Amino acid sequence: MNNVIETNQLTKRFGSFTAVNSISFSVGRGEIFGFLGANGAGKTTAMRMLCGLSVPTSGTARVAGFNVYNEQEKIKKSIGYMSQKFSLYADLRVWENIRLFGGIYGIHGKRLTEKTDELLDILDLRGERNTMVASLPLGWKQKLAFSVAIIHEPAIVFLDEPTGGVDPATRRQFWELIYQASARGITAFVTTHYMDEAEYCNRVSVMVDGKIEALDAPLALRQKYGAANMNEVFHGLARKAQRSDE
Amino acid sequence: MKTLKYLLEKEFKQILRDSFMPKIIFLVPALQLLILPFAANFEMRNINIGIIDHDRSVVSQQLVNKVLSTGYFRLSNVSATYQEGIRYVESNVADILLEIPAGFESSFATAQPKEPLIAANAVNGTKGGMGSAYLTGIIREYLAERSPQEAVRPAPIAATYLFNDNLSYKNFMVPGIIAMLISIIGGALSALNVVREKEKGTMEQMNVTPVPKALFILSKLTPFWIIGFILLSIGVLISWAVYGLLPAGNLLVIYLFTAVYMIAFTGFGLAISNVSNTQTQAMFTAFFFIIVFALMSGQFTPVSSMPQWAQHVTVFNPLRYFVDVMRMIYLKGAHLSDLAGQFGIVCIFAVGFNILALIGYRKTEG
Repeated sequence: MNNVIETNQLTKRFGSFTAVNSISFSVGRGEIFGFLGANGAGKTTAMRMLCGLSVPTSGTARVAGFNVYNEQEKIKKSIGYMSQKFSLYADLRVWENIRLFGGIYGIHGKRLTEKTDELLDILDLRGERNTMVASLPLGWKQKLAFSVAIIHEPAIVFLDEPTGGVDPATRRQFWELIYQASARGITAFVTTHYMDEAEYCNRVSVMVDGKIEALDAPLALRQKYGAANMNEVFHGLARKAQRSDE
Repeated sequence: MKTLKYLLEKEFKQILRDSFMPKIIFLVPALQLLILPFAANFEMRNINIGIIDHDRSVVSQQLVNKVLSTGYFRLSNVSATYQEGIRYVESNVADILLEIPAGFESSFATAQPKEPLIAANAVNGTKGGMGSAYLTGIIREYLAERSPQEAVRPAPIAATYLFNDNLSYKNFMVPGIIAMLISIIGGALSALNVVREKEKGTMEQMNVTPVPKALFILSKLTPFWIIGFILLSIGVLISWAVYGLLPAGNLLVIYLFTAVYMIAFTGFGLAISNVSNTQTQAMFTAFFFIIVFALMSGQFTPVSSMPQWAQHVTVFNPLRYFVDVMRMIYLKGAHLSDLAGQFGIVCIFAVGFNILALIGYRKTEG
């Protein structure tokens, strides 16, 4: 399996504070990789470095084969990103958002029209084509944002707490979308606070105080820590944290 | 370049859907142009004058009549002594005092006629200053008429006001106000634009896309460039419809200058927006500069009356050149060739501010 993300002792310091402390891991193509950690553990900072939004202090990382120090714009062509803040344009209609991001990623003309129809079909949002995104229910927005984030079939999609505040039924649908993308070879790099979602991942890592404390398949982690579920695994590890909440 | 098309579509849709935008673009210029020229009028009428006439002669009476007949002065009181007169000034009844010395009339026969005394209340500096200037002029003229001796008669001073025949303050103010309102609205709107995307979180989404920085800035700049033309057109229309004011020079030159100026000033707004984290911060930063620009533009105080250091500072004020150009074209009928200097400088501003905007916009933080 070829790796789409490889990091080696990746570190980010803000002054004397080490937000991400020498993390090393790799993620394979098509993998669903859970990136867990309490608030302030350094997940978002790590993710921002991998997305080319933030330059690391030290260590190395390659994303989709590109260096995070000087090939950020190439990385940006090969990834999709959906942040914990809802990040589509609320004052644009559903189809206009799809058109904008499709256009930015180089999908033009007839292909863009087809892609828009296809996407609306998959999401069952045909009737909402002309709706302002601001007036969509949160769960629909998040599904739409995810679909827009992968409109250009990127190598990796980064999802920063994508299902925060979403009801359980919609969360399930959301994960189905992730599975479908993964089946097409799109790697999903997900942070989440929902431990049931952690169980859906192929592998998960748990960050504590900027370091990766554990990294394995959910089943293997449960066995290793003698826990009944990921929730217990997480609590066992997160209890060691010295840092307070962000 | 295809990306630019999608970005521009987005910007225009957002601006057109913003219910606040049309109000700012249409209402603000209309109000500014209708109210400001009247409020910011430095022409002095109805200066309250107190008279202390120690001479009580025909000549002194004639002088008083002459002063009052000019229309600039309004008789507020007649006092017997200077002390009494000054009390009226202290209680704000009189703005200026004219004291005619005893023996005024009889001194006319001599080689050295006595001169009346003028005392102005300088609390309202403009009123006092302008008042005493008017009054001095009137007395000078009167003395010249009356003086029998050729020698003491001063050379007749005929002031001709060039380019603004009736010395109408409005003709002078309106072109400058158009320049100011284009700057205020254009600067404030562009300063708020990018930072609003930061607050909403969509900026981060843009930053993870491969959109080139320059293209993004260009997509932000273009709508404000067009808004500048709309503002200018509204301004030109109102000043024609309300004040009957049409540029003596070529209107196209005004549009051409605005085209360059808007690139400069929008770049300035975007530079502020790019380095700000909140809309409040961007607003305060923008207004700090815009107020300084406006006060030092020569719109209210002529640049030539500023202290030397301040005159040097105005060199870095883009608005100064715009106010200048507007007045030169509106009042003097200046040609494109007369304005080469202003065009050149504003071009430098356009490049400079947009480079700042580009540097200020960072897709990747250190």
